Amino acid sequence: MTLAMLGEAWRAMGANKMRTILTMLGMVIGVGAVVLMMAIGQGAQYAIGQTISAMGSNLFVLLSGSSQTGGVRTGSGSALTLTVADADAIAELPGVQASAPIHPGSAQVVYGPNNWNTAIIGSTPAYLDARAWPVVSGAAFTASDVRSATRVALIGQTTAQNLFGDEDPVGRTLRIRQSPFTVLGVLGSKGQGMDGRDQDDSLIIPLTTAQRNVFGTQFPGTVRMVMVQAASQEIMPQVEKSMTELLRQRHRLREGQEADFYLRNLTAVADSAAESTRVMSMLLGAIASVSLLVGGIGIMNIMLVSVTERTREIGIRMAIGARERDILLQFLLEAVIISVVGCFIGLLLGIGGAWLTQLLTDTMVIISGSSVLVAFGVAATVGIFFGYYPAQKAARLNPIEALRYP
Amino acid sequence: MNPEVIRIEGLGKSYQASAGAFPALKAVKLTIRKGEFVAIMGPSGSGKSTFMNILGCLDAPTIGRYEMEGRSVAELDRDELALLRNRTIGFVFQGFNLLPRMTLRDNVALPLIYCGVKKAERQARAETLLVKVGLADKADSLPNQISGGQQQRVAIARALVNRPSLLLADEPTGNLDSHTSLDIMALFETLNHEGITIVLVTHEPDIARHAKRQIHFLDGGIVSDQMTEELTA
Repeated sequence: MTLAMLGEAWRAMGANKMRTILTMLGMVIGVGAVVLMMAIGQGAQYAIGQTISAMGSNLFVLLSGSSQTGGVRTGSGSALTLTVADADAIAELPGVQASAPIHPGSAQVVYGPNNWNTAIIGSTPAYLDARAWPVVSGAAFTASDVRSATRVALIGQTTAQNLFGDEDPVGRTLRIRQSPFTVLGVLGSKGQGMDGRDQDDSLIIPLTTAQRNVFGTQFPGTVRMVMVQAASQEIMPQVEKSMTELLRQRHRLREGQEADFYLRNLTAVADSAAESTRVMSMLLGAIASVSLLVGGIGIMNIMLVSVTERTREIGIRMAIGARERDILLQFLLEAVIISVVGCFIGLLLGIGGAWLTQLLTDTMVIISGSSVLVAFGVAATVGIFFGYYPAQKAARLNPIEALRYP
Repeated sequence: MNPEVIRIEGLGKSYQASAGAFPALKAVKLTIRKGEFVAIMGPSGSGKSTFMNILGCLDAPTIGRYEMEGRSVAELDRDELALLRNRTIGFVFQGFNLLPRMTLRDNVALPLIYCGVKKAERQARAETLLVKVGLADKADSLPNQISGGQQQRVAIARALVNRPSLLLADEPTGNLDSHTSLDIMALFETLNHEGITIVLVTHEPDIARHAKRQIHFLDGGIVSDQMTEELTA
């Protein structure tokens, strides 16, 4: 019965090929657009998620304040108001997972005939925890290395590639400003940071070594910045508050006096980037869905025309015993076939388009099983929804009036 | 006497026109028994086609009682009426009304789709009927590839494929030349001999003469009801 109906629907569609193809095209474009846009949106979301997790989560950065001497204000970090002791005190606060004082800089690094200018980060083992930065071969330096200011280094992937090529850097000795350093370990790859800089082009050494042997500092025990990681995103506001209070107290700032440090919430920046990506991908999906809706209305339009054209046929079928549901099913099947076949072609087109996008523009695209399922579900629903009214119109016809139709 | 197939009492049908209700049928009373061959005659506007459509359950009467094989048709819902048209009644139209894009075999088999007969059996029964109307070799042709007379034969085959007990024909020879008309009437006579009850509408006395009983309609009512033997005697 249903099989015979399918055959009939197929025959009816074949009788008006051009019209069927054009109607189908509406669905093809709609589904193709939805699949492509969802793939691009999900790709962007994934890429931003990667960047964020590479940065480390729930991070604050404390910067030393600016100094003011005779009306000239220098930039942040120029007056070294933050101390290693501050960082240690912050580490004791509830909700703080890691607190790492940092002395950043850059220097020429030499190994054998190769030399390379790279970012040098002087810090403590807590820095690796805060950034969620693993050591992939060798080992990290320890707190005792920091205490005794040993000349050891952890090397980033890009730096390692430029200095050592295919050689294993672990255990080798490189030179930073003439001082020999033993490479203890190689860091995992972090990729591009939020600012676009290659995070793997770096070298991490103990804070004390950086301050005493590499860069030197006028005020021992002070640092330009401290990176702080909160235990979870929910408690970040509390941590921010208690940290500010602690520092004001330690720096003996009176009520109303300007703080001599800056506190930045890095996660907030990342979150807004993630949020805007999410909104963008939703917007893309919504715009694409409109074309799906238009495709559905196209089906309804053509089915209405088809029902009118075939009024007499409907009358004949009723006269020889077709029930209402037989006629309903016949026209509904036609609408559903058009939308499902259109959906299938649109799916292939959307996947092909996504693949081409990735190939030509280097944009990351992700086609998830769920987006394919959603597209198919929507197509079947559109077919039934927009096919039902014309089909019902056909089924409700009065047999004698339908037979008299010219 | 044979059992009653159709029993009609006080049947009336009126259409709503701008000038008020226009009566097409008035108080028609008629009984048709199994095995009869009835011709309904009358000029245009006499109500014979309206009557035929009511007999075929395509249209509903305004008032009156219509019983088909003892069941009151007015009490049937749309699905039951469809079943009646599918199983009990075979309808032949003046304009043949074959579906243009289907082969003759599929056209004849069409009513069987609506009562759930399997494909192989549908095809077999359709071919049997095509043999019976003398068109076995044209099973794969399309309706526009054969003549009007042949199309009407296919329509008759379609009407008979579900073994109805009643065959209704509305001006079956109206679109055919006299020679072909005779062929069709001969076919009806053969079918009637095999026991099928036939009611046909015509306005040609030559055609009506093939029937056993002739009923004349005028202005929505029956004016005469006679056996053909009595008329020719």
